[in-house]
Amino acid sequence: MSKDEVILLDFWVSPFALRAKIALAEKGVEFEARQEDLLGEKSELLLKSNPIYKKVPVLVHNGKAVNESTIIVSYIEDTWPTPSLLPPCAYGRATARFWADYVDKKLFDGGSKIWRSKGEEVEVAKKEFIEILKVLEGALGEKEYFGGDSFGFVDILAIPITAWFYAYEQYGNFKVEDECPKISAWIKKCLERESVASGYPEPTKVYEFVGLLRKMLGLE
Amino acid sequence: MRPHQSFERLAINIGDERLPKNNKRDRLMATDEVILIGFRGGPFSLIVEWALKLKGVEYEYLDEDLFNNNKSPMLLQYNPVHKKVPVLVHNGKPVAESLVIVEYIDETWKQYPLLPDDPYDRAVARFWAKYAEDKCKTAAFSVFATVGEAQENATKEAREILKTFEKGLRGKFFGGETIGFVDVVAGWIAYWIGVIEEITGINIVDKETMPLLSEWFQNFLDVEIVKERLPPRDKLLEKNKIFREQLVAAST
Repeated sequence: MSKDEVILLDFWVSPFALRAKIALAEKGVEFEARQEDLLGEKSELLLKSNPIYKKVPVLVHNGKAVNESTIIVSYIEDTWPTPSLLPPCAYGRATARFWADYVDKKLFDGGSKIWRSKGEEVEVAKKEFIEILKVLEGALGEKEYFGGDSFGFVDILAIPITAWFYAYEQYGNFKVEDECPKISAWIKKCLERESVASGYPEPTKVYEFVGLLRKMLGLE
Repeated sequence: MRPHQSFERLAINIGDERLPKNNKRDRLMATDEVILIGFRGGPFSLIVEWALKLKGVEYEYLDEDLFNNNKSPMLLQYNPVHKKVPVLVHNGKPVAESLVIVEYIDETWKQYPLLPDDPYDRAVARFWAKYAEDKCKTAAFSVFATVGEAQENATKEAREILKTFEKGLRGKFFGGETIGFVDVVAGWIAYWIGVIEEITGINIVDKETMPLLSEWFQNFLDVEIVKERLPPRDKLLEKNKIFREQLVAAST
């Protein structure tokens, strides 16, 4: 049986690329991560395999390209079914996909608003972000993970974005631990996993990167 | 309280040992309660109706009074997070977000599969479904809700987005020779672009610049179960003309 060729077009600070890396690691799939320089020139492979969005991550599996991080994680789940990241019943899967969609629509953009805003808007953005976290806290409930007893689909999609929380806290002047202790506890639990910890960027480095983005946007 | 009643009926049927096996199964299927909370003045409930119809699933349809922004207690109870339609309620359990609902329907009722089996083909289908939802939806709505220069820019962008979307076609349909996941999820575009064009007086899709997409509009709208569910065009035009005026007035 010939070996699977799995390449991931990656960028160290991208929470979306980290989703794919965690999913592959959870499945025990060997892959080659190729760093893209997103502030410089994009590689030919990136432009060829993701012509519409030109973004990372891109998963290239035996020459075929899969784009969009949530779709990549679903693809990984479909291709390497064990251990499974989604519950077996249709309703449980629908619930997971609903929260995955919520995380996709709200979490990263909500946080970004905090550091992209000026003056009074920052406080508004911070309040909105805390509301989003509270909704997620409600979804987590008393469970260890969003997936229940086992780390799963929604956990994988959400945990990488938490590496950016320190930056949000600095610019928004708040602490996630004070506002949403259950989310804080969930983050710590997830970071105990090798699959998460190995690719998780240093929050202070992410904060520096955000500073760079702010300069580029003329915010400082 | 309908959901409780349906649970009781279900429980009675499951517990009735006197019924021979296949009868019990038939009774169970007959008491499968499927409710769709939707809005016929807008496009997105059609997505779920087409999915259910293709699979031959019987459902009860409840229309929300959204032109008057009058959301029912049932909607607020079943979709507290977003408070939006469509919401599918299956034996009392709610599922929200149209893409999530369609995948749920596909996994629950196996006849007429919408997503292909192969993981790569599924990823491609999900990609175009998401493109339709993220890009096409926003583009169409931007043209609808703006005026002047903003509308000119929105129209230019919408044309580019739809031209790109055309690339997802795999023959007659996005699903190949028969309708699939993307067709069901994006099919509202085939009907609604015409409605938006008539209300705004702007041409977004034409046969010269997007020949394949134009053909798909025709082919999709020709399908029997698609045609059946389409709300009457004149009503849509009338109500949405007013809605557009309100939107434009609110933004200026």
